[in-house]
Amino acid sequence: MSGLTKKIVALAGMSAFVAGNAVAADLTVVSWGGAYTKSQVEAYHKPWMAQSGHSIISEDYGGGIAEIKAQVESGNVTWDVVDVELSDAIRACDEGLLEEIDHSTLPAAPDGTPAVDDFLPGTLHDCAVANIVWSSVYVYDSSKVRNWNAPKTMGDFFNTDAYPGKRGMRKSPKVTMEFALIADGVPVSEVYDVLGTEEGIERAFAKLDTIKDDVIWWEAGAQPPQLLADGEVIFTTAWNGRVFNAVAAEDQSFEMVWDGQIYDLDLWVIPKGSKNVEAALDFVRFSTATEQLANQASWISYGPARASSVPLIGTYHDNAAINMADHMPTAPGNFANALQNDFEFWADNQDDLNERFNAWLAQ
Amino acid sequence: MDVSQPITAADGTPLKKKLAQAMFRSKLRATGLVVPLLAFVLASFVFPILALMWQGIHNDTFARLMPNLTEELRVWDGVSDPTEEMYALLVADLRQNRADKTIGKVASRVNQELAGTRSLFTSTARKAKKLEPPFKEALIKTKKKWGDIKVWQAMKLTNQSLTPGFYATSLDARYTVDQGFVMKEEKRQIYTKLFVRTLMISGSVMLLCLLLGYPVAYLLATLPLKYSNLLMIMVLLPFWTSLLVRTTAWIAILQSQGVVNDLLVWIGITGDESRFSLIYNMTGTIIAMTHILLPFMILPLYSVMKTIPPSYMRAARSLGATPTAAFIKVYMPQTVPGIGAGGLLVFILAIGYYITPALVGGQDGQLISNMIAYHMQKSLNWSLAAALGGLLLLGVLVLYWAYDRIIGIDNMKLG
Repeated sequence: MSGLTKKIVALAGMSAFVAGNAVAADLTVVSWGGAYTKSQVEAYHKPWMAQSGHSIISEDYGGGIAEIKAQVESGNVTWDVVDVELSDAIRACDEGLLEEIDHSTLPAAPDGTPAVDDFLPGTLHDCAVANIVWSSVYVYDSSKVRNWNAPKTMGDFFNTDAYPGKRGMRKSPKVTMEFALIADGVPVSEVYDVLGTEEGIERAFAKLDTIKDDVIWWEAGAQPPQLLADGEVIFTTAWNGRVFNAVAAEDQSFEMVWDGQIYDLDLWVIPKGSKNVEAALDFVRFSTATEQLANQASWISYGPARASSVPLIGTYHDNAAINMADHMPTAPGNFANALQNDFEFWADNQDDLNERFNAWLAQ
Repeated sequence: MDVSQPITAADGTPLKKKLAQAMFRSKLRATGLVVPLLAFVLASFVFPILALMWQGIHNDTFARLMPNLTEELRVWDGVSDPTEEMYALLVADLRQNRADKTIGKVASRVNQELAGTRSLFTSTARKAKKLEPPFKEALIKTKKKWGDIKVWQAMKLTNQSLTPGFYATSLDARYTVDQGFVMKEEKRQIYTKLFVRTLMISGSVMLLCLLLGYPVAYLLATLPLKYSNLLMIMVLLPFWTSLLVRTTAWIAILQSQGVVNDLLVWIGITGDESRFSLIYNMTGTIIAMTHILLPFMILPLYSVMKTIPPSYMRAARSLGATPTAAFIKVYMPQTVPGIGAGGLLVFILAIGYYITPALVGGQDGQLISNMIAYHMQKSLNWSLAAALGGLLLLGVLVLYWAYDRIIGIDNMKLG
């Protein structure tokens, strides 16, 4: 049962720990698992190990900074490099849980542009260096013959008259409330201003009320492609890389609707007190170089955080017919009506809105 | 022989004393054997729980990290305008926290009381070095919010290290500076609802487990060995399968395009357009949880039933009882210890469940343990998580007490 599972996990963790201590220069790199970790292993870990002679233990986690906090505060830091979301990076940095990273030591672009100018705006922070841009979008299955025109806008997601059927959404106020406001006609540039007011919050919930009975709420990132493939839902919100993976690797005929997409960053951070800070810094520098970021993009459709990587993006690693550049959240055709997740807004309001969101769900 | 004279041992000491000494030694030896386990239980179970409970009423983050301001805030009445001196002390503390990289902790703590203050603290701290007196004006100029009395009231509340605030939040109330405890508005009330729902779901799962498990346990205990062994394997096999695998299997079975609905459509009980919603709601949660917890009911029941001699039933029948009467009056009372053990086990496990309800529960699937996990892992509000956990623990203890009063804990039999 769950207790037994925990024990097995703990045992596995312990054996990994013992193995980890056997060689001193082992770097523990923690990320989100699945196709995403695979893209990092192929594009970053393998070449770095070959070049530096160190080895990497790759671990998976489910996001959040609870583990980093626990490790740093107990003084037993076993993670060296962690892939985190922007709001978590900022928060952990503010709480003094992370090592600072000197931006001037990051490698310059091939044409000599210094890193600070080459990275996209807002992707470099005191304690964190972004590697990718990912996005929340909504998807439908184009292989299922239905009696409607292909959806084009965020408004269509909420239009149950023209598109009757169940919809999948993430059980979290983040992104869900922004989608509701965009669908209700709020321009993307004003979404967070509106959401910052009491009327705006009411407005978002009122819009969500219109589809509440038709929503199947998902929690894990692997759920939405499955819901769609099973025909449980006609639309679902999802992370674009997961959808791309279902299309490219599993031959699903999912179509993404990029209108109103909300994009966010994933960044590398180094927990304070890591036993391999130098090697960790070296890994961060290596993996965020122009070439590595471009390579990663051939494994998963998350956009590189560097301007100089964009022209180098090639085709999908085992299918030359898929041009990766077209599938990036930042591709011009996809980026027309996009919103960047406001980490400061969510740092301030996450707990409050989460409470209200759950109260709304329970009504 | 004089009876008042105490009986003595060979060396002349009174026998009573000698006996006490011997008893003491053997008691010491017995205690010595128990000490390792006792120390282990204390260190790994009792102490962490007490420490967590302590967090639920005690949080000194603010008072510890804002040492200059803390005394002033304590004496401030909470309604009058904050003085220039308070603003000056605030700036001094912000500067120090900025230098120590601890401002995030202060900001998170105040944000728990008043949403929206996190960035107020972090962004002001970044600029604190450049601020010049008078600080009141300077601060309000950087962020208008510093003039808001609510921010100061929130600080005064967080400044209080020993606080009932987290328990109040767990019961959908708010602890305020000027009005004491106030209930939250309707649209923000969530925790009491979730407590009630958690208890309800756990109760239904327990009853269903009993209804389904009792006959199975009876069969297990009475069938000939070769059949009952096979049956036992069928009970235990799912027990050894991963929780997540079983949960996802239920999704495949119950979803609207799933096996059960396909079958119903094929038979013609329902139309293709009006398939039943068996999952992503309360029904799905109860079905999946009942299945997962069923072995915990069957095994204690079986172990009790196995010990009931079949001759009792035969005796009841020979004395004229109908099969039903014999079963209800003779057999069932003897299984009560098993029912109690299984029921309590299932109920207590069900209260803490959250992965299954999260995956199959849809909008009804949020239970109190989901919120505890959220506050432990995501919001890092460990004090609130501790308070919620404390209330849950209290609930379990009350149940345990009630069980002891009604049935008697000595009657419980786990196997």
